[in-house]
Amino acid sequence: MSGHHVSRKVYVAVGLALLALFVLTVGIAYIDLGPFNIVVAMTIATLKALLVVLYFMHVRYSSRVTWVFVSASFFWLVILLVLTLSDYFTRGV
Amino acid sequence: MKTVNEDALQKNYITAAYGIRSWLLTRDHKRIALLYLISITLFFFVGGFFAVLMRLELMTPQGDLVSAETYNRLFTMHGIAMIFFFLVPSIPAVLGNFLLPMMLGARDLAFPRLNLLSWYLYMVGGAYTLYAMVTGGIDTGWTFYTPYSTGYSTTNVVPVVVGIFILGFSSILTGLNFIVTTHKMRAPGLTWFRLPLFVWSQYATSVIILLATPVLAITLALLGVERIFQVGIFDPALGGDPILFQHMFWFYSHPAVYIMVLPSMGVVSELVTCFARRRIFGYKFMAAAVMAIAVLGFLVWGHHMFVSGQSVYAGMAFSALSFFVAIPSAVKVFNWTATLHKGRIEFRTPVLYAFGFIGLFTIGGLTGLFLATLAVNVHLTDTYFVVAHFHYIMVGGAVMGYLGGIHYWWPKMTGRMYHEGWAKFSALILFVGFNLTFFPQFILGYLGMPRRYYIYPEEFQVLNVLSTAGASILGLGYIIPMIYLLWSLRKPRTAGPNPWNATGLEWLTPSPPPTHNFDKTPIVTEGPYAYEEKSANGE
Repeated sequence: MSGHHVSRKVYVAVGLALLALFVLTVGIAYIDLGPFNIVVAMTIATLKALLVVLYFMHVRYSSRVTWVFVSASFFWLVILLVLTLSDYFTRGV
Repeated sequence: MKTVNEDALQKNYITAAYGIRSWLLTRDHKRIALLYLISITLFFFVGGFFAVLMRLELMTPQGDLVSAETYNRLFTMHGIAMIFFFLVPSIPAVLGNFLLPMMLGARDLAFPRLNLLSWYLYMVGGAYTLYAMVTGGIDTGWTFYTPYSTGYSTTNVVPVVVGIFILGFSSILTGLNFIVTTHKMRAPGLTWFRLPLFVWSQYATSVIILLATPVLAITLALLGVERIFQVGIFDPALGGDPILFQHMFWFYSHPAVYIMVLPSMGVVSELVTCFARRRIFGYKFMAAAVMAIAVLGFLVWGHHMFVSGQSVYAGMAFSALSFFVAIPSAVKVFNWTATLHKGRIEFRTPVLYAFGFIGLFTIGGLTGLFLATLAVNVHLTDTYFVVAHFHYIMVGGAVMGYLGGIHYWWPKMTGRMYHEGWAKFSALILFVGFNLTFFPQFILGYLGMPRRYYIYPEEFQVLNVLSTAGASILGLGYIIPMIYLLWSLRKPRTAGPNPWNATGLEWLTPSPPPTHNFDKTPIVTEGPYAYEEKSANGE
C-alpha cells in the first residue's frame, strides 16, 4: 500500500490465472496420481494463495516491514504444522 | 518539550463533547479506552458472579447448592467470561488504548475508526455470548474439547463459539492498530530503544494476537462445522481426531496466556521504575525478554496435552521447550528486583500491586515448571494444582498488573486522585484474599482433588472452606476499589499533569488530556526512566 498503482491489466491477468488454476484443481481431481494427489493439490493451492497475497493484497509493492510480517505469519504457520506433525509422526513409535 | 497548555486544561477529552452520541461515535482512543473499561468491568463481575456460586457450592463435600449440570455450566461460563471477555482485552484495550499513542507522542492510534470498530465487535461478540449464557449456557469447559463439544453437549455451544469468533476480530484489529501505530507514529527522537517497556509489552502482545487469534477463529469455525454438519474433523466416530482440536486450540490458547500477562509485565516495569526512582535494570534485556516470551510462547502448547494421547516424543519436546520460557520470565523478575535494589522506594498504591505481581507471578511461574515436567504432570493433570497455578499467573499476575496500572494512570485518565488509605488497604486485602483462595488449591491438587467436580471427599473440606473464605476476602478486594475509584469522580480535578513525578510522554499532558493529547509533537532526547537525572535536577 505504498501508493503504488496497480494497473487493471495486472488484476485481470491474476484473476484469469486464478480461474485457470481453479479449473486445473478440478480437472486434476479426476486423475488418480496416488500419493501425489495431495502434493499436487497443495502446490496449486499455495500458488493461488501466493498470487492473492502478492497482487490482490499488494504485498509485492509493499514496504519491507510488511514483508517481514507476511513472512512471519508463514513462518508461524510452519511452526503450527511442524510441531503438530511431530506428534502425528511419532505416535505409537 | 513542554506541551502543557493552559487553554487545553479547560477542555479535555471528557468535556470536549457531550451526549451519548459523542461517546458511541467517538474516534478518540481515550474515550474508546473508557468504553472498554466499562464493558470489561461488566464482564469481570459476570465472571466473578459464576465464581462466587462455585466457591459457595464447594464449601461442603456434597452437592447442595447446584446440580452437577449447573456446576459444569458455572465453571465454563466463569472461564469464558474471564478469559475471553476480561483478561485478553483488559490491559491492551483499556490502558493500551489510552496510553500507547500518548507514550509515543502521537495524537491517536494509526486507525481511529478501526479502533472504534474493534470496540463494537467486542460488544457484539459479548452481547451474543451473554445471550447464549442467559438462555441455557454452555457446559463444555472454556476449552471446548471435542468430541464432547461437537457431538454430545446439548448446551449453547454454537452461539457461544460464534460470540468468541466475533470477539477474536476485535482483538486482531486492536493488535494490528497497535503494531502500525508503534511502527509509524513514534515522536521524533523516540527510537525503538527509547520506548517505555509498556510499549514493548503492548507490541509483543499485539504480535501474538495477530499471529495466534486467526488460528482460534479457524478452530472454532471447524468445531461449528462438525457440530452442525457432522463433518468428521475432530470426532473419531466421524473419522476425525480429537487431539487435532487440542493442538489447534492450544496453539492460540497457550500464547493467550502471554496475551494476558505480558501487558501486566509492561505495567510493572513502569511502576517499579517510578516508585524506586531508578532507571530499569537491563533495559535492552527487558525489551528482548518480552519479545522472546512472545516467540517461545508459541512453541510450548503441547504441555497442555501430555496425557491426551499425544506422542510421548512430542511430549518430551514440548516439555523441554516449556522450560525455555522460564529464562526470559526470570530475566524480568530478576531485573525488577535489581531495579528495586538500593532504590528510594515510595510505598504508594500502584507499586504495592507491582510487588504483588512479582511475588505471585514467581509462584505461578515456578509451579508452571512442575507442570511442564512430564512425570509430575501425569500426577497433577486436571487437578486443583493446575487451577491454582494458572490463577497465580492470570489473577495474581495479569489482574494485579491491571489494577496497578489503573491506580497509576487513574489521575491521568480522570484528573482525580483516589483515597490513598483505602487504596493501600484494598491492595493488601486483595493480596491476602488471593493467597488464601488459591494457595490451598495447590495442596488440594497435590493431594489429588480433580478440577471441575462439584462434590469431593470429606477430607478435602477444610482446605476448600479456606479457599472459599479467601474468595470472599478477594471479592471485597475488588469491590472496595470500585467504590473509592467511582467516589473519586465526585472530587475536583486536582491531580495535576504528573502527580507521581514520573517520566514518560503521557505525563507531559494535562490530566485529563485534551482530545489531541499534544498541542505540539514532543521531541524526545533521552531514553525512558531517567529518574536519576530527574532527582539530580531536584525534581
